Amino acid sequence: MSVRSGLMALLAEGEKYGAQLRSEFEARTGGTWPLNVGQVYTTLDRLVRDGLVESAGEPDAEGRIAYRLTPAGHAELGAWWGTPVDRTSTPRDELTIKLALAVTAPDVDVQRVVQTQRTATLRHLHDLTRLKRESLGRAEGAVEEGHRPDHIAHLDAVAEPRAAGDNGLAWLLVLENLVFAAEAEVRWLDHVETMLARRAVPAASSGDRARADPTGAGATGATGATGAGPASDITSTASRHQPAVVSSNPGGDHS
Amino acid sequence: MSSAPHVVMSDVTRIHGSGETAVTALAGVSLEIHPGELVAVMGPSGSGKSTLLNVAGGLDRPTSGSVSIGGDTLTDLGPRDLAKLRRRRMGFVFQDYNLIPSLTAAENVALPLELDGTRARQARRQARHTLDLMGLMDLSDRYPDQMSGGQQQRVAIARALVGSRRFVLADEPTGALDSHTGEEVLRVLRDRCDEGVAGLLVTHEARHAAWADRVVFLRDGVVVDTTGQRESPEDLLSAGEAAR
Repeated sequence: MSVRSGLMALLAEGEKYGAQLRSEFEARTGGTWPLNVGQVYTTLDRLVRDGLVESAGEPDAEGRIAYRLTPAGHAELGAWWGTPVDRTSTPRDELTIKLALAVTAPDVDVQRVVQTQRTATLRHLHDLTRLKRESLGRAEGAVEEGHRPDHIAHLDAVAEPRAAGDNGLAWLLVLENLVFAAEAEVRWLDHVETMLARRAVPAASSGDRARADPTGAGATGATGATGAGPASDITSTASRHQPAVVSSNPGGDHS
Repeated sequence: MSSAPHVVMSDVTRIHGSGETAVTALAGVSLEIHPGELVAVMGPSGSGKSTLLNVAGGLDRPTSGSVSIGGDTLTDLGPRDLAKLRRRRMGFVFQDYNLIPSLTAAENVALPLELDGTRARQARRQARHTLDLMGLMDLSDRYPDQMSGGQQQRVAIARALVGSRRFVLADEPTGALDSHTGEEVLRVLRDRCDEGVAGLLVTHEARHAAWADRVVFLRDGVVVDTTGQRESPEDLLSAGEAAR
């Protein structure tokens, strides 16, 4: 979506100052899309230029100008609500690229890459669930406070005003979106791991191989010292089948 | 977490069958669950999740390794003592609730106590107490067919934890529920664990596993990943043991 449509949606509710638009936009989207004031004013200038927004009068005593939507702006906003979000241009995703490269790279333990990512994503999902639980607890009056991991502290800064306001639903909705995304990533990683295991030597399952291979030669990434040894079954087998691996994951799970 | 673990599985291996047809369901799994801790087990089909749950709950015996609950080693007990320990110290929650249709919620919750010899009246009193504790008092006189799936599953959790049970084992408890109701059931399970119960949850859904303190990931009977919030370096070390 564009910041442009977001600001128009807020202006449809009534006249607002630029700084007000910025804080409301962040609060109402759960802080997932931080804006700077410059962005807000640049966007407002373009909206005014295009005849979708106009100033609501002269600057006030503090020099602030309130903006409002024009009839053309209302029409364009209506069209935005009624139009599906374009999903045809898949955004570049570092993890997808990393794994696509990993299955062809000679010295990468793909399974290790998958596991490391899954651990991190499950942890993230756990943190999100805790925020969700706290938010639900607040809604029921049972406030519960806990330690905030750094990487979700920015979400928490927005969670606080949520407690006081009545926009708890918007906040939960944003949290749920992050939960679904993390969940999809875990499922995709499981899928990748299963595909890799199936493409490895049929006689030995991945777990058996890990246990039956105490030299570490079958886990190149985990044991860098054996770099001169043969590539792991998984890596080499996956390399041979690389086009199939990639084409079977056309990004549908992930976009 | 400074308390002693309530559940200790040490180097547990479970092999089904023998000779050429032998299937290794679990291979050297070690796992500890402390009071107040909910551990989720994830993994693809056939990875050994259910075997792990069955072995932890004394429904299945390991081929090697040991399992202890609250200091009692299950692998040392005969069938009679094992059955007694299962009745008194742990409770199971299944995907399809398994409530008895002809009994009310309170009667269902009281049932494990009655089967263990508690007088009916006292058992009902304890059952109502547990339902009350879990905010389910308004369901106590309803029959299963008068409750939604989510309500039945919450009653099933109450049944699993009535009396002095401090270990709950849940096998895909949200499998038959929609996502929202499933989460409500997990909140109940989570709340029970926060009150000091040890929980083992088998699930294939990451969003449900995320309610646990720790997620153990199984593949081909081996723990390949373990994750979660830990409160001390000691816990990190014990998780490392579990993953080995």
